[in-house]
Amino acid sequence: MMRGLFGPLSLWLMTCVVSMPLVAASEWTLTDVCPAGFHQRDGGCYLQSFYSGYRSLQDSGVGGLKTGLPPLREGFSAQEIDLGRLLFFDPLLSADGDMACSSCHQPAKGFSDGLPGSVGRDGFVMHRSAPTLWNVGFLRELFWDARASSLEEQLEGPLFSSVEMANTPAQLLASLRQNANYPGLFQQAFGGAGEISLEQIYAALAAFQSSLISLSSRYDLYANGFHEVLTQPEIDGMNVFRSFVARCAECHTPPAFTNQQIAVIGTPEPEGMPLDIGVEAITGDESQRGGFKVPTLRNIELTAPYMHSGRFNTLREAVAFYTGGRGHAVPEGEHLSLHWHIWEPDLNDRELDLLVAFLKTLTDQSFMPVLPQKVPSGLKPVATQILTH
Amino acid sequence: MKKMIPLGLLWLGLIIAAPSLLAADISVKDGDSIQAAVNQASTGDVILVHPGTYKESVYVDKDGITIRGVVVEGEWPVMDGEGILNDAILYSGNDFTVEWLTITRYKGNAVMGQAGNNFVIRYNKVIDTGVYGIFPQFGKNGLIEYNVLSGIEDAAIYVGMCDNIDVRHNEVFDNVAGIEIENTRHALVENNYAHNNTAGLLVFITPGLPIKTTYDVILRNNFVVNNNTANFGAPGSIVSKVPAGIGIVVMAADDVIVEGNIISGNKTAGIVITDLAFITDISSDPDSEPNPDRMVFLDNLMFDNGADPVADVKALMLTQFSRRGPDILANLGSAQEPDNCIINRERYTSFGVKKWSECERKDTADIVSMMIPGGAPSEVVTTEGRTKLLYQGICAGCHAYNMRLIGPPTLTVKAIYRDDIQAVADYIAAPHKVRTDYPAMPPQGHLSPELRRDVAEYMLNVTK
Repeated sequence: MMRGLFGPLSLWLMTCVVSMPLVAASEWTLTDVCPAGFHQRDGGCYLQSFYSGYRSLQDSGVGGLKTGLPPLREGFSAQEIDLGRLLFFDPLLSADGDMACSSCHQPAKGFSDGLPGSVGRDGFVMHRSAPTLWNVGFLRELFWDARASSLEEQLEGPLFSSVEMANTPAQLLASLRQNANYPGLFQQAFGGAGEISLEQIYAALAAFQSSLISLSSRYDLYANGFHEVLTQPEIDGMNVFRSFVARCAECHTPPAFTNQQIAVIGTPEPEGMPLDIGVEAITGDESQRGGFKVPTLRNIELTAPYMHSGRFNTLREAVAFYTGGRGHAVPEGEHLSLHWHIWEPDLNDRELDLLVAFLKTLTDQSFMPVLPQKVPSGLKPVATQILTH
Repeated sequence: MKKMIPLGLLWLGLIIAAPSLLAADISVKDGDSIQAAVNQASTGDVILVHPGTYKESVYVDKDGITIRGVVVEGEWPVMDGEGILNDAILYSGNDFTVEWLTITRYKGNAVMGQAGNNFVIRYNKVIDTGVYGIFPQFGKNGLIEYNVLSGIEDAAIYVGMCDNIDVRHNEVFDNVAGIEIENTRHALVENNYAHNNTAGLLVFITPGLPIKTTYDVILRNNFVVNNNTANFGAPGSIVSKVPAGIGIVVMAADDVIVEGNIISGNKTAGIVITDLAFITDISSDPDSEPNPDRMVFLDNLMFDNGADPVADVKALMLTQFSRRGPDILANLGSAQEPDNCIINRERYTSFGVKKWSECERKDTADIVSMMIPGGAPSEVVTTEGRTKLLYQGICAGCHAYNMRLIGPPTLTVKAIYRDDIQAVADYIAAPHKVRTDYPAMPPQGHLSPELRRDVAEYMLNVTK
């Protein structure tokens, strides 16, 4: 009886094991087509956008409706981007083979994770929320405290942090090199003999992340002259947003909806938690105590909870913070050099609702990458449930 | 011959008709909405606002719109925010003009621009509007002239993060700051009357902003008198930190020329030159260069400044054994450096200019304007161009011309639908799954029926 039960099962298992490389050999070919929104030129993929025809003052990428974008990390090859896509979702990149980049940056959650603090290795809860990766290729500084100045520098953080993916450079290289599929894929992306270097891993991940473009929201249609796409309440919300009463657009400046500056605004920590001193911990500059990078608001509807601490569960709570009065959430006895745009705008309930309505016009996932249902390691890819638009 | 004359007349008719085909006057009367007129207007149109009271916020996100008040026997059109509405006029379009309006009681600004180039803001009366009066931001090439502004709790005229701006012939009084040039390059501030503000003219770099520099600014032939109003700026605002009684403040800006001004009766100092240490308790910005470099002080008339200075300046006077407050105060760090220059320095009571060099140039007569001859180029997107942008920005992301991306290739779509534009337009509005091996297309029902038709037609005719 036992034998009879195990026989077919082990046969089936063996078939799987034997057949995997055969499947892999035909399956793991990187695409030579650039991602949605990108066009191929000189072997690289370059963004084709509504905004490419516009300039910005001092080439800064900030301004108003018809303003050029900040410079984008682009020019990666289609194969590099596609390899990055596979790596991004592959838990092979973590020490224990159970976390991928997509653990904390889940496509279904606006490339964030829906948590106030992301969960790392062994269930360790971190104290800041995972930022969205939509449009991350436009950013000059990464992390809430702006401590990294390139995607490559940033991604080493979670990859090798003992409380996050907890890998080591040596182990990461070893597991990729020993894998049946990755050497060939790196060869497709980077040429050579597929020996795999750390720089290639970083480049592929940076390439994929830079391809996550969200610039086709209904707001973007309005900005480019198709005024009829926004409802009157949404337009009214936009006018509250850019008025010098609410002052949202002063820091969340179009078209990226961040001015890429550090701002001290004094949002609260979770109950009972000490003040997160933010940028001060990096620079030692007391005036930057409690300072954080101004985050983009694109796809903000999808990335609750909000603020560095994830303290606000809804957009309504987040916008209400700004009308609560300058410094109202700063702990007693703390001194923060609050940004001068933080004041007491006295927005009424209707204006707060309008702001939320406007923020939702920034939602756009039309260039969502194809989420792999298999990854080259053979491990189960992380957070790749298919989204319906 | 007989046929030649009608032909000539035809040409003449075309020439005369051309402007009216391109531009129209749209009248707005008391009880009407200015916004409704803006919504109806096209590039080149002039919206004539007749006397009356208009209680609305008006936004202009189109190019080439003029809003012009019609003043009849001293009766002005008045925009009144009743202390409730945010901004009176918000514009982002290029080539925008607003003139001959009285604007009062708004919580935010009277006129605020976000990135519109080639703007003209003139002949407006702005009274008690709250934070700023006139505030173009991120704009290139603008003219602000013949406006009168008072009772504003920050800067009456605030040119923020702009380039190539002339500010001329304005009167600003009873404000915290009169005219402020901030993180802006190539500005001419000329023939203005700045009186009874907390501070008259300010040329600043404010740290923490995405555009980091202020340079090439001329302050010329202004009257800067009696700016002694107690500071009533909002707590936390930068301007709330400016001591009362200052005619001109130059903070961290470079290449500022001060010429031909009458600067008198300012109780703390006529002119203060300082680095960013002047304002305290704001977050520092390593990308903002804090020093004022290369001041050029040509002939100015300065007297009766510093009569009753704030305590810090009094303390400084003691160290200088002076019983008179300063016309020029350049005591903070680099403000004393010899890369600054001055002529006829003996005519003023000055602290901190001893090391300044003697200026080589004696006047700026060669500079008439900082504006760009012919204006800043602006993007004109035609209907055809808009449709193309729409197609490339959205449709082409998923539909490549002849290969499979996310959706079927455009060639396939063309083959299926042939000339049936409406069918494609309808599909765009409410897509239904046709192919099981492709993901569902997101509906584009938010596009108007006309836009859907335009883009469908574009898709069926595109040949690459």
